[in-house]
Amino acid sequence: MLDKVDVLIVGSGASGAAAAWSLADTKMRIVCLEQGGWMKQSDYPTNGRDWEARQFADFHPSPNRRNRPTDYPVNDDNSPIKVLNFNGVGGSTILYAAHYPRLHPSDFKVKSLDGVADDWPVDYATLEPFFAENDRMMGVSGLGGDPAYPAHTPPMPPLGLGKSGTRFAKAMNTLGWHWWPSDTTLTTTEYDGRAPCINLGHCTFGCAQGAKASTDITYWPHAIRAGVELRTHCRVSRIESGPDGMATGVVYFDADGVEQFQPAEVVILACNGIGTPRLLLNSATSRFPDGLANSSGQVGRNLMFHPYASIYGYVDEPLDGNRAPPLSLWSHEFYETDPSRGFVRGYSYQFGRGIGPISEAISSSAYGRLPWGTHHHDEYRRLLHRRIQMAAICEDLPEAHNRVTLDPKIRDSNGIPAPKIDYTISENSHRMLNHAIARASEILQAAGARDIGVDRPILFGGWHLLGTARMGDDPSRSVVNSWGRTHDVKNLFIVDGSLFTTSGGVNPTSTIQALALYIADQIKQRLATLFD
Amino acid sequence: MTDMMLTQAETDDLRALAGMIVPASATYKVPGADDDMIFADILKSLGRDRDDVRAALAQAGAKVGGSVAALDAAGRDKLATRLQADGGPQMAVLTRVVLLCYYRDDRVMISLGLEPRAPFPKGHVLEQGDWSLLDPVKARKPFWRQVPS
Repeated sequence: MLDKVDVLIVGSGASGAAAAWSLADTKMRIVCLEQGGWMKQSDYPTNGRDWEARQFADFHPSPNRRNRPTDYPVNDDNSPIKVLNFNGVGGSTILYAAHYPRLHPSDFKVKSLDGVADDWPVDYATLEPFFAENDRMMGVSGLGGDPAYPAHTPPMPPLGLGKSGTRFAKAMNTLGWHWWPSDTTLTTTEYDGRAPCINLGHCTFGCAQGAKASTDITYWPHAIRAGVELRTHCRVSRIESGPDGMATGVVYFDADGVEQFQPAEVVILACNGIGTPRLLLNSATSRFPDGLANSSGQVGRNLMFHPYASIYGYVDEPLDGNRAPPLSLWSHEFYETDPSRGFVRGYSYQFGRGIGPISEAISSSAYGRLPWGTHHHDEYRRLLHRRIQMAAICEDLPEAHNRVTLDPKIRDSNGIPAPKIDYTISENSHRMLNHAIARASEILQAAGARDIGVDRPILFGGWHLLGTARMGDDPSRSVVNSWGRTHDVKNLFIVDGSLFTTSGGVNPTSTIQALALYIADQIKQRLATLFD
Repeated sequence: MTDMMLTQAETDDLRALAGMIVPASATYKVPGADDDMIFADILKSLGRDRDDVRAALAQAGAKVGGSVAALDAAGRDKLATRLQADGGPQMAVLTRVVLLCYYRDDRVMISLGLEPRAPFPKGHVLEQGDWSLLDPVKARKPFWRQVPS
């Protein structure tokens, strides 16, 4: 048996890295187990001529399609939105667009404000210092003064507008609607050993320049220097618990496929909104027959994805295409509830630039814009780099029937039961998507676009895995308390997107990491009474 | 040319379909997707799409009752119209494999005015744009929703 550690973290992605770094200053013995390996910038797609093709293969965001040895299968057949992730040091920060909004203050109070779902047991003001600390650690570029947010100032200046951004800016000014340069985790200057962005343009699939913040190059070097041990290619199968109901450690398969038991005083889960409920459900015992920390029955329930719609058109001049970071502006004009719209809560827009030559050909062929045969070439030249596009990201309210369970048949390469997803898009979300698509069409028309197309919901759009072990003060309706400790197991913590009580209408990574830092800080402040 | 993963008949049909999807163009001075180099890339790139491509080839063969490669020009045009209308997901996969190899060929990229290179290390230049466009938004009062404490 391995030596007991003070803190065992499962997962090295957005939240696990932040928690590990924060806890390192306690000088406790901290080990993190990660099922994937270290990524190399020299292996990312933009190093090669096949850069665009690899997004359909070994860098596909769906683990089912990607099917690397480090991936686990997800049965998402019963969902109109497919689960996306990445398994490796850095987790899904390896494969994300670096768009980095915070949740709004109102997102933490939806019950009080709009009478739906539940209020969070924490609020924006509590998290604000951790948002700021996380911005410094990840390295955020952006522009202070956005009237859609409480004041905050990113440490680096924003990305350029480019041709696409200029068109969107003029269109939004014409309509009198809010827009602002988005916070991103792309460097626009030298920052903490990272070189500035050189517009490789394929940011989502890993940055060969190292300009995109993924936690393998932000938090982890600092955490490891501070003494945290990160073990790669270690896949955790279950959390063990003792007769006193406390977690005793975890069982995992090491790089050689040998089963190991790692004892620990404290276990922290950072496996995302699919991996964490999967692990809890796989840790059922006679004392916890419905899964660990699941006396509420809420583990795996309330899965929220953020239904996305992509809306795009074509203009009469070449724009930026894929030759710059894909996202650089946002609008929060329609973020808050307006009863006249016919739905509660709201959405934000992400303004894109364009797509690459292969993506344009494949997308336009699939949608019937690009014909086979002699007219192919003329039509393709009318489309290439003339696409202007945006996406609506809709708040997804929690519903108990949207859930993660264990698949009765499918197992990963270590024989561990795989997660199964059952998810439907709510009527409220459909109405929100309708509204967002209609307003986006107006924006695109104001930007001079023709041939407007819509993709709804984006099939491969399950980037945000939220809500499946939610925070709350009531142990009968939530899995963890207001500082991340599970109600049922007093030395078991969760720090990932599973915690989200509601989803907000923005990308969650910034808030996930701020929460992880907050929970780590709470652990540090409560060390003497942590298990009371 | 025969690839280990496809039979000769399948290879011939795939090449015929590739040429139907993207034919050569004298106007733009580009080869078709059935060009030797591009088609070799297609065969090499089937990878995880091989089974779907084989199914698509079988589907196309069933529609014409035999070999796609053996069709004359009129027969190919007729089949192309049918496959674009109701080819289904497996034909979409076949089309994707063809297109992702075609649009990375040096000759094609040069014809499109694109540099045939990887994005790294040269990158691209992005214009900053006119930030005075933001002035009307800066003039707006904060509108984030206040919350009860």
